[in-house]
Amino acid sequence: MSYLKNVKKGMRFKDMFNYLIIVVMLVVPLLIGVFDNLPRSSSGLLAQMAYSILLAVSLNLVVGFLGELSLGHAGFMCVGAYIGCYLAKELYDVIDSKLLVLIISMLVGGLVAAVFGFIIGLPALRLKGDYLAIVTLAFGEIVRTIFKNLPTFGAALGLSTKKYGNDLYIVALVVVLISLFLIQNIIRSKHGRAITAIRDNEIAAKAMGINITYYKLFVFVFAAFFAGIAGVIYGSYVTPVVYSFFSFNYSIEILVMVVLGGMGNITGSIISAVFITYLNFTLQTQLSGDLAALRYLVYAIILIVVVIFNNAPALKSVRERFSISNLFRSKKKNNPSKQYSDTNRWDVVTTKIPMDEVLTTDVKQEDPYKPDKKEKGGK
Amino acid sequence: MLSTILDGLSLGAIYALIALGYTMVYGIAKMLNFAHGDIIMVGAYAILVTLNANGHPFLAVIAAVLVCMILGIIIEKVAYKPLRGASPLAVLITAIGVSYLLQSVAQLIFGSKSQAVTITTAKMVKIASAEFNLNTILTLVVGAIIMIVLTLFIKFTRTGRAMQAVSEDRGAAQLMGVNVNKIIMITFAIGSALAACAGVFYLMQIPSVSPTLGSMPGIKAFAAAVIGGIGSIPGAMLGGVLLGVVEKLALNVPVLAPYANAIVFALLIIILLVRPIGLLGKKRREKV
Amino acid sequence: MADYVLETKNLGISFGGLKAAQDVNLKIKKGQIYGLIGPNGAGKTTVFNLLTGVYKPTTGTFFLDGEELNGKTQETINHKGIARTFQNIRLFNNMSVIRNVLVGLHNQPEFKCNPFVSMLKLPKHYSTEERMRDKAKEILRIFDLYEERNNLACNLPYGKQRKLEIARALATNPKLLLLDEPAAGMNPHETQELMDTVRFLRDNFDITILLIEHDLKFVSGLCDEITVLNFGTVLCQGKVDDALNDPEVVKAYIGG
Repeated sequence: MSYLKNVKKGMRFKDMFNYLIIVVMLVVPLLIGVFDNLPRSSSGLLAQMAYSILLAVSLNLVVGFLGELSLGHAGFMCVGAYIGCYLAKELYDVIDSKLLVLIISMLVGGLVAAVFGFIIGLPALRLKGDYLAIVTLAFGEIVRTIFKNLPTFGAALGLSTKKYGNDLYIVALVVVLISLFLIQNIIRSKHGRAITAIRDNEIAAKAMGINITYYKLFVFVFAAFFAGIAGVIYGSYVTPVVYSFFSFNYSIEILVMVVLGGMGNITGSIISAVFITYLNFTLQTQLSGDLAALRYLVYAIILIVVVIFNNAPALKSVRERFSISNLFRSKKKNNPSKQYSDTNRWDVVTTKIPMDEVLTTDVKQEDPYKPDKKEKGGK
Repeated sequence: MLSTILDGLSLGAIYALIALGYTMVYGIAKMLNFAHGDIIMVGAYAILVTLNANGHPFLAVIAAVLVCMILGIIIEKVAYKPLRGASPLAVLITAIGVSYLLQSVAQLIFGSKSQAVTITTAKMVKIASAEFNLNTILTLVVGAIIMIVLTLFIKFTRTGRAMQAVSEDRGAAQLMGVNVNKIIMITFAIGSALAACAGVFYLMQIPSVSPTLGSMPGIKAFAAAVIGGIGSIPGAMLGGVLLGVVEKLALNVPVLAPYANAIVFALLIIILLVRPIGLLGKKRREKV
Repeated sequence: MADYVLETKNLGISFGGLKAAQDVNLKIKKGQIYGLIGPNGAGKTTVFNLLTGVYKPTTGTFFLDGEELNGKTQETINHKGIARTFQNIRLFNNMSVIRNVLVGLHNQPEFKCNPFVSMLKLPKHYSTEERMRDKAKEILRIFDLYEERNNLACNLPYGKQRKLEIARALATNPKLLLLDEPAAGMNPHETQELMDTVRFLRDNFDITILLIEHDLKFVSGLCDEITVLNFGTVLCQGKVDDALNDPEVVKAYIGG
């Protein structure tokens, strides 16, 4: 009991809100289901939303919190889906409870994906930014090509999996809830602080003794684990699991969710994952043939507009005026951006002009605090 | 074996031409133009349209180059220029968005099916008792000439020197009176023109065009640029050729053939792990 | 050996042909405030970078409390007890003031907490976080930053940013604190305050301080001993007054 009390004590409103979203997604369909059996398509949509949320939130850990671009997130999902679902297929003959099989396969799929996360995390220690992005992209393609050629996993035809059934979404959303609990707790802890410190200023983080190696690997492994679980959920919903689904394009789709929701913003990732999955779902049925490209056109425009709006140096003043957090902050007494508006730019100036060049030693300063030693400064 | 290597070299020349675009833009604008591969695709459609209108193949090539140059400049002005000075991550994500945009617009206009484009019909020539595809040799020769001209341009012209200056230190170049915006624009134009040329050669090898035509060669050329050391022009050529030869050799071995793509990308990872700055990349010391 | 907190032996590094620092021999006693001065480009910051593991020395070695730290990583050197500030401030700009200090506290043995404990929100997680916050607040009070604790670091005025950087370095519980131009860009009043703070640190925290500073009044008012560097080599060492009156030093500074 005291554990629960403790858990509640440290919880922020934002975290609670995230749990609430998932609980609503879980409970509302159940309530409707009392009166009317939930249509197959809706429960499928909910399962899709569940694995999309897992993917978006876990990618956000890497991109938003650690600040490294990963273009191979679908690769981890691919590993999880193939390994987990293969195991599930074997286990169904041995174990009766299909829930238990699903849980075991999710854990195993997640763990194997995590191992791959460790492997891809190793180059992340030496490489940065664009270089790391291409390596993660390459990783995704390699994984896909390998599964495409393994006969055990159905080669090019894909691995035919056993569908879990209509109530998959319940299990999936509960898993999302647990995952969110773990992820948010880490972010709010000293470890989360260390991770964001690395993103903010790696040099300073190193100088503060933060173990960069450890935390970078940690984030990659952690994120891959959840992506692997998402893969198993996907494989329990779709059959067969085909390599072509986990293409670079799908990695980008996850990235769109993260960018749209805001990097480093968990609530944003959840909402945008739900939104984009819904959009996909409806557009897929509405748009046929080449019109399906409209969907990607919409993504592309969203991506470009959102990123330019959020990052363009010229739009800074516009952003500050319309920023949600500022709307709340302006009510408080201490508005930091107002308080120091004139000194705000100091940091910008100092990075451009090294202090060495500004304050050369032969500049003589008035010395108001130690007039008796004045002659020394002059030399 | 010899013909495989020759095939590899000509594929490598195509990769190198594309990689040059990546590397030049990276060197000067300090950004990865992820949409670069899709410019090839747009060029290919320009060729298709001109040929369908009964244009001469040569005219089609000119059209492709012009369309790509203009497109490159527009993309830079609209999508990348507002983000100058923003984080590299933001710019990269925007570039990915542009890539998607081009692909989906192409699909809306031309449909997702691939369409046949014949610029030249393949002719075989016999040299020393071995048969070679004329297109392969053409690709190799013209590719080499373009690369030599580009190198001379950068080394010896005023604009080329200005490009080097901007790549070295943008701020200082600006203070010395170099019009940085203009240089970046020219870089995008040249890079896109190179992509158009690569597209022409690509169509000569695989004569069909679809909206996703540029994405795989684009990604591989991107890998080639990184292998060579991104920002380095000789590096891009070396990386491109290396990747092309490795890919063709892998395709020629039955056991390895299905894994050709994986091998190419594994090569990238291994080289980066051994030499994080690429084969010919310059090391930049981080100032503390 | 352990008479000195920091002892460097012929420490040097060259970049290509350029000898950025050469034969630097420092001997700093426990509890001293030691100054490192010299004209621009004399290699002062290079020495700091060598001592914190940013660069690996090409010649020589250095000892902290008699333990050789040459060739260790930046993280290890920090754990062993050398912390620094930067010439061009490097705060975690998008984090609040208190979080900056909390990051500094991260590696303190008393605040050890397994990630799995944090993940599951076990009781230990809370006690650790709470104790860390208390400690951070205590440090912020010393630097008069307590009222600012929830502001973003980048919104602080310049002088306070410098102070926060020192606070953050202090949070790693160092034996030796390296301050790279702590008074740069401060007004005389702030500089005076900073001098008092540095003295306070030395007197209350069992700490030794090595600082780079261009403001000679700051140096002469604060330091026990100094070393003057020029072109990467030691020009002169000793008591402040003697060193500053050394003809070689005067020549290097005013170019006469």
